[in-house]
Amino acid sequence: MPAVQETVARVRSIDVDQYKYGFVTEIESDRAEKGLTEDTVRFISAKKEEPEWMLQWRLDAYRRWRTMTEPTWARVDYPPIDYEELYYYSAPKSFVAPKTLDDVDPELLRTYEKLGIPLREQEVLAGVEQRRVAVDAVFDSVSVATTFKAELARAGVIFCPISEAIREHPELVKKYLGSVVPTSDNFFATLNSAVFSDGSFVYIPKGVRCPMELSTYFRINERNTGQFERTLIIADEGSYVSYLEGCTAPMRDENQLHAAVVELVALDDAEIKYSTVQNWYPGDAEGKGGIYNFVTKRGDCRGKNSKISWTQVETGSAITWKYPSCILRGDGSRGEFYSIAISNGRQQVDSGTKMIHLGRNTTSKIISKGISAGRSNNTYRGLVSAHRKATNARNFTNCDSLLIGDKCGAHTVPYLEAKTSTAVFEHEATTSKISEDQKFYCQQRGLSEEEAVALIVNGFVKDVLQQLPMEFAVEAQKLISISLEGSVG
Amino acid sequence: MLSIKNLHASIEDKQILRGLDLEVKAGEVHAIMGPNGSGKSTLSYVLAGKDDYEVTEGSATLDGQDLFAMEPDERAAAGLFLAFQYPLEIPGVATMTFLKTALNAQRRARGEAELPTPQFMKLVREKADSLSISTEMLKRGLNVGFSGGEKKRNEVLQMALLEPKLCVLDETDSGLDIDALRIVSQGVNALRAQNRSFVVITHYQRLLDHIVPDVVHVMAKGRIVRTGGAELAHELEARGYADYLEEAA
Amino acid sequence: MNAEVRPIRTAAESGLIEAFEAARAALPGGETAARLREDAFRAFAAKGLPNRRVEEWKYTDLRAIMREARPLVVTLSEADVAASRDLLPFGDVDAVRIVFVNGRLAPSLSQLNDAPEGIRIVLLADALAADAQHALLLEGAPADNAAIALNTAFASDGLMISVDEGVSVVKPIHVANVQTGGAHAAYGRVLVSVGKGASLTLVESHSGDPAGHQTNTLIGLDLADDAKATHLKLQDEGLGTLHLATFAARLAARSALTSVSLSSGAAAARQQVFLAFKGEKATADINGAGFAGGRRHLDSTLVIHHEAPGCASRELFKTALDGEARSVFQGKIVVQPVAQKTDGKMMAKALLLSNDAEADAKPELEIFADDVVCGHGATVGAIDDELLFYLMSRGLPKAEAEALLVQAFVGEVLESVEHDQLRDALSARAERWLRERD
Repeated sequence: MPAVQETVARVRSIDVDQYKYGFVTEIESDRAEKGLTEDTVRFISAKKEEPEWMLQWRLDAYRRWRTMTEPTWARVDYPPIDYEELYYYSAPKSFVAPKTLDDVDPELLRTYEKLGIPLREQEVLAGVEQRRVAVDAVFDSVSVATTFKAELARAGVIFCPISEAIREHPELVKKYLGSVVPTSDNFFATLNSAVFSDGSFVYIPKGVRCPMELSTYFRINERNTGQFERTLIIADEGSYVSYLEGCTAPMRDENQLHAAVVELVALDDAEIKYSTVQNWYPGDAEGKGGIYNFVTKRGDCRGKNSKISWTQVETGSAITWKYPSCILRGDGSRGEFYSIAISNGRQQVDSGTKMIHLGRNTTSKIISKGISAGRSNNTYRGLVSAHRKATNARNFTNCDSLLIGDKCGAHTVPYLEAKTSTAVFEHEATTSKISEDQKFYCQQRGLSEEEAVALIVNGFVKDVLQQLPMEFAVEAQKLISISLEGSVG
Repeated sequence: MLSIKNLHASIEDKQILRGLDLEVKAGEVHAIMGPNGSGKSTLSYVLAGKDDYEVTEGSATLDGQDLFAMEPDERAAAGLFLAFQYPLEIPGVATMTFLKTALNAQRRARGEAELPTPQFMKLVREKADSLSISTEMLKRGLNVGFSGGEKKRNEVLQMALLEPKLCVLDETDSGLDIDALRIVSQGVNALRAQNRSFVVITHYQRLLDHIVPDVVHVMAKGRIVRTGGAELAHELEARGYADYLEEAA
Repeated sequence: MNAEVRPIRTAAESGLIEAFEAARAALPGGETAARLREDAFRAFAAKGLPNRRVEEWKYTDLRAIMREARPLVVTLSEADVAASRDLLPFGDVDAVRIVFVNGRLAPSLSQLNDAPEGIRIVLLADALAADAQHALLLEGAPADNAAIALNTAFASDGLMISVDEGVSVVKPIHVANVQTGGAHAAYGRVLVSVGKGASLTLVESHSGDPAGHQTNTLIGLDLADDAKATHLKLQDEGLGTLHLATFAARLAARSALTSVSLSSGAAAARQQVFLAFKGEKATADINGAGFAGGRRHLDSTLVIHHEAPGCASRELFKTALDGEARSVFQGKIVVQPVAQKTDGKMMAKALLLSNDAEADAKPELEIFADDVVCGHGATVGAIDDELLFYLMSRGLPKAEAEALLVQAFVGEVLESVEHDQLRDALSARAERWLRERD
């Protein structure tokens, strides 16, 4: 998905179905036995050729997960997931860690081509207006290719599949893995800790400004497969990185589970900008199929004056349950959360953020734009808290909801907890609909009703779109129009 | 160009237009004057196709095309332009973006190619300059934070850009000071052409000093009650509408 | 159902069970009333006292706050009646006053027979005998809410007030609750119905000595079409008291409700408001001001249900906190699909005067209709240093400057009281808190 606009043109031509990534790649897979036991965990660990400490880490998580119960507090409703009916590991059969792209199965390459993901560096270079983006492509449970590794290595940046990092940079992984999201954090994070199969690892050394955008592209292909990727990004002192994440899945009638964990660590004066365009298959208009997207994302502003900024455009998934959060531990650290969540059809979204102010002079900003259409429900849930020692903590929150149609719901559930008088929290929220007069005005100037709605919605979400890297913003803007198709009239 | 016959229209079951007839030929400027509540603004909304207005009888055609069979955007593409009395604000949508989207939507609807961005920018700059609209204003959200005068100038800019066949100006003079009125009128006058007609709706005669009409109609109680030349506007200014209200009652 | 999760009861829960067993036979009402009380108590006992894991009580852990159950007062002593005279607020206000001391009607202090024309005031005991369903079932509020269930189970003394169609009652009805003497529990229940086009001003006050009383009060208000009601509340309980309060109002078409409360007392208070818009174009203005110092706990919880089109609700809550006090604001606006053209706005502001004070807020919107304008805001912060400096530079000592700013802060709420004497009395109470900061 990153940076490729021709895919958008292609979407326009597919008018039968709104979801453009719904195809299945016919490729033979190597899977773990169905169901989850200690043996499954051992199988995954062995496949990844992991050291013993990693296996033990996973087994601890697995044993803990067995004692936990699935959370029910979010405003989402879905039939119970049978965790014994899932496959926890699936890799293309042809898969042996490829040395060059020529070793990658051509069927896989075609898949990414179809998705518009540039896996060949020269393809990326060929685009004149595009900025260069290094891509790590994760297909079901394995990373199939990572681009620009050599150039990044010259800058000292490590960007590789996490399975590779466990083998080759054990000291960094040991130090940081699970340090932001502990293995015991929540039901889905614990499950992920036991069975995560792949994901990206990023380390930016001291004082380095990462020379290009880094991007991971996740694809679930196999039926009944859970995808449990794990991302770990460490920005050492004074460094900067911008990271993009994109996701799609084929259209299948059954629901697929996606339970990722993302951990960010920003040391003194470091900055991490993490952008997501989430476009998992949302299910059909009747709510059949689609991805359950239960994700734990958390950033730790560990160092002084560090900064973590989350930007997300959520248009996909049958159910979304995610709260990208910032722990503002370092004095003077800053957390930001910009979100656009669009729900249509029978989608259910429960998303928001947590800003936990621990250090002095910490600031946070939350801009959330929710748009509900069809028969969907869209909930913003957020927590802003300042602990006693977080003197001069500052938060500004703005949550706006827009309703399109009278069969959907928009909900806002913010929590504010101030334990110091020097904190200043401001929260505002509004819910409204697109005014008939605005729509008529646009129509009078020649826009169709759908174009008018798309234009007004794009205005509504502009504050957030501006936070995205340029190529992503263009794509996200079009994605918004597509997501809202059929919501008018 | 515009032909309205026996038009009856209501809003929420309240009858506003009661058998209105109007013929506007290509290149003509018609002024419609009348007291508050006579149905002037309703006429403009009914022509443009606003939702809550129901046509109960009669017809309106633009160059022979049945306006009432079309959606508002189709009417726009067919060449009907309404300059709103109260232009709407749309936060977050830059004026420039709006202009481009609207122009290209109309071009598409007419089967014309979209205008490439550089040409579009040049075109807008040209037209904007003549209306004293700054580039900075074009970057702002549509009509957001615009003064009354700026909003009306923006309406005229859109008119200039979209090049409609028929322009309906709904109380364009309301809320304008004398300087703004002059700029807006000059903008409108510059657009007068052989193949373009205007319906200027106004309460006061002062706008007609700047945009001199070929025909003046007096509207009362949902009908045209008198038609004359430009001099009729002066007569009205002097005598008021009282006589017509009685006549129409 | 799974096996009962928590067989262990706290001392307070066991105490409440014993108290109910002991009191039930003597509680007013016939068989129907007894059955309704039994149902309510069971609903309570099944879940016990709510704790922080129950979402609605997340910030007010009643199980931790309520250590034991106080006994009910069976007969009211003359000494307590005498002592209560000094604790009565609004003495100067020209009103019809009905006084409950320790949860018991004090006839000698009450003007039960002075009710103006067109209004009927009936004792709860008499009402229960006639229509127990009406007196014990409260529509529009959750029956399994712990505070409500306990009130239904235990309510002994109280009133049923009804205003006839078209009658405007000018003189306020003042229901005063005073707690004095040994620490006890008091349950009060006042049900008011205002007929079509009628209007009423209802004043409730809660005051008492500093002993560890437990009060549980419930006001149910029913507004018929085009009715108007003003509800004023002074919660000035003694500083040892646990105050649980429910105000539940149902609004029919075009009715209008204004409610203003000032909370300056109690060790811990949970004040719940349940509002249900049942008819179109009704309006409600709910305003609250609160002060807390020491280690006091002040919870305002609102649930506004828009179930009819075209209604407007406004809520404004302002709280000033000193010492280690803690305030909780939970406000939820629910707009049902039928409630198109709803206009709902809610604002909660907390001012922290001490670094150890804590303010928690949870404003919520739950919206199922598309043609609505709803919003909420919440702010938490300290006094603006620049304003403080400005006033001090003009010669005001810090404490005075602060007091002035706090007064301005809550002034917006108290100024919404139209009745001059009542507004002055509430302002005076606010000024006293600013001097004492208790």
